[in-house]
Amino acid sequence: MIQLENLTKTFETPRGVVVAADKVNMTVPTGEICVLLGPSGCGKTTALKMINRLIRPTSGRILINGEDTADRNTIELRRQIGYVIQQIGLFPNMTVEENICVVPRMLGWEAKPAKARAAELIDLVGLDPHHFLYRYPKELSGGQQQRIGVIRALAADPPVMLMDEPFGAIDPINREIIQNEFLKMQATLKKTIMFVSHDIDEAVKMGDKIAIFRGGRIEQYDTPDRILSHPVNAFVADFVGADRTLKRLRLVTAEMIADPGTPAVARGARPQEALQAAKAHGGRTVIVIDANHRPVAYATVEELSGAHGTVGDFAHPLPATVPARADLRAVVSEMFANDVMWLACTDDQGRFAGVVTQPAVTAMLGQSSGQPLTN
Amino acid sequence: MQNMSGMSRMLSLVMVFALGIWVTSSGLLSEIAVYEEDILYLLKQHIILVAASGGAAILVGVPIGIWLSRPIMERSAEMIMQIFNVGTTIPTLAVIALSMTLLGIGFAPAFFGLFVASLLPIVRNTYTGLLAVPRHLKEAAIGMGMTPAQMLIRVEFPNALYVVFSGIRTALAVNVGTTPLAFLIGGGGLGELIFTGIDLMDTGMLLAGAVPTALLAVFVDFVMGQAQLHLVPKGVNPLR
Repeated sequence: MIQLENLTKTFETPRGVVVAADKVNMTVPTGEICVLLGPSGCGKTTALKMINRLIRPTSGRILINGEDTADRNTIELRRQIGYVIQQIGLFPNMTVEENICVVPRMLGWEAKPAKARAAELIDLVGLDPHHFLYRYPKELSGGQQQRIGVIRALAADPPVMLMDEPFGAIDPINREIIQNEFLKMQATLKKTIMFVSHDIDEAVKMGDKIAIFRGGRIEQYDTPDRILSHPVNAFVADFVGADRTLKRLRLVTAEMIADPGTPAVARGARPQEALQAAKAHGGRTVIVIDANHRPVAYATVEELSGAHGTVGDFAHPLPATVPARADLRAVVSEMFANDVMWLACTDDQGRFAGVVTQPAVTAMLGQSSGQPLTN
Repeated sequence: MQNMSGMSRMLSLVMVFALGIWVTSSGLLSEIAVYEEDILYLLKQHIILVAASGGAAILVGVPIGIWLSRPIMERSAEMIMQIFNVGTTIPTLAVIALSMTLLGIGFAPAFFGLFVASLLPIVRNTYTGLLAVPRHLKEAAIGMGMTPAQMLIRVEFPNALYVVFSGIRTALAVNVGTTPLAFLIGGGGLGELIFTGIDLMDTGMLLAGAVPTALLAVFVDFVMGQAQLHLVPKGVNPLR
């Protein structure tokens, strides 16, 4: 857990006193990612660098797991905090392995376990240890360097990590990939992370909480959904963008608002059965599934009423399906592309998992509280 | 590039060969060979002068460069460097002469003059090399919890080493080239054959001093080049 209490930093400059951080108060619970977000010069990086004492606070306290960092030896404190910067800062004179082993060795690890740790970590980010451990940073691509930068910070397994725009210098495609990799790692590692960004999309994606800074003050500190749905003032609303409601689409997956109760019948079923199921559910559509439980077609109540034969005779093929784990942005995009009001979603095995409708999406966006989005 | 260096190597081989033929046919070789005993004795003096003054300049210059690059020296370092820079504008012959007025004649003033002449490139390159280490590397090092000494030894110095080596190489080239002047203030060395040869208009004697001096300069530069190639870490060595 990281706690900032009345954290203040002022700089004396020839043009007067500049306040970089003004009584910042916040708590980052253990295992969460907190994104510090704001325009440049808003004090977010200053706040971050005060945690590992690269910048000395003018006043206020910083507590890590309840312990005041001012009472601790600065060098030892830094060795127990992972630190990732935008320029990566891999040491060009050292191999990848030597770079990763820097902090473990300073903490007194033997060479052997440190090297084993380096190999383990490099494997974790999907790079081949035999291939990469003995290379020099200049021989790596930007994306590879940034992965090494992140695992170097993780090497000694620090409970707390500080990340200063860590993915800022990577091209958009690789950034997306590395962000996903990092979130996957974080799901098991559960580090407490302070993450500086100026990109609202990145903040929404990475953050459990977002703190929006302006002029050294926190304007709003809340969950991404609350920030997007309830910006506290015009500055925050402006900063998160006019399309903030659409941005919330990324926070919700299809399965969270899908209706799994939509009737699904086999192709060979009689229309009467299908009609009964539709009536019980209250909808006007039935999904037709194949032998493997995959959604393949649909039929409407109007077409089925009074009909003879099998449901298959009246069915229309489905224009598209979406994975239940897809976020709503992808779902809505698919709906618009196919000009439909609803889509069937499928689980990891491709089986029918429910139906997402446009009204359900808009209802979710209209919900005043961004909390549990069960339908 | 590869072709160019191959060409020039061929060309220099041909020239050396032609020089060899000319020297032998004109009887110069036997004229030089007369001074074999002198050459060996003076070469030893010469090498001792180069090694002692050059070595001392490295041992003193590198630490001075490091000291000037430390944050505590930030304000005064540039001023001190200016003093050093003014120092280089003084011709080495003048440095040697001034050194004689202070220390008399013999080994000591020669050593001191050469030491001063080779000190500056080493200090300057060490200083600028260390300052040129990117800021973000230092930030990463501090943020990871390195002490200032660890940062210097493990990050700053290795990353500046190529530039430091270039300074040492320049300094030794200056040193070897200036050492013949040491004879003028009684410091010995191959300058004795060169200057006496000039005074007596004795080409054999002149060459007996000049050729070993030239060869020594080439040899020292070659050794330094190899050292730079192999001692500077691979990741920061543009030669590898």
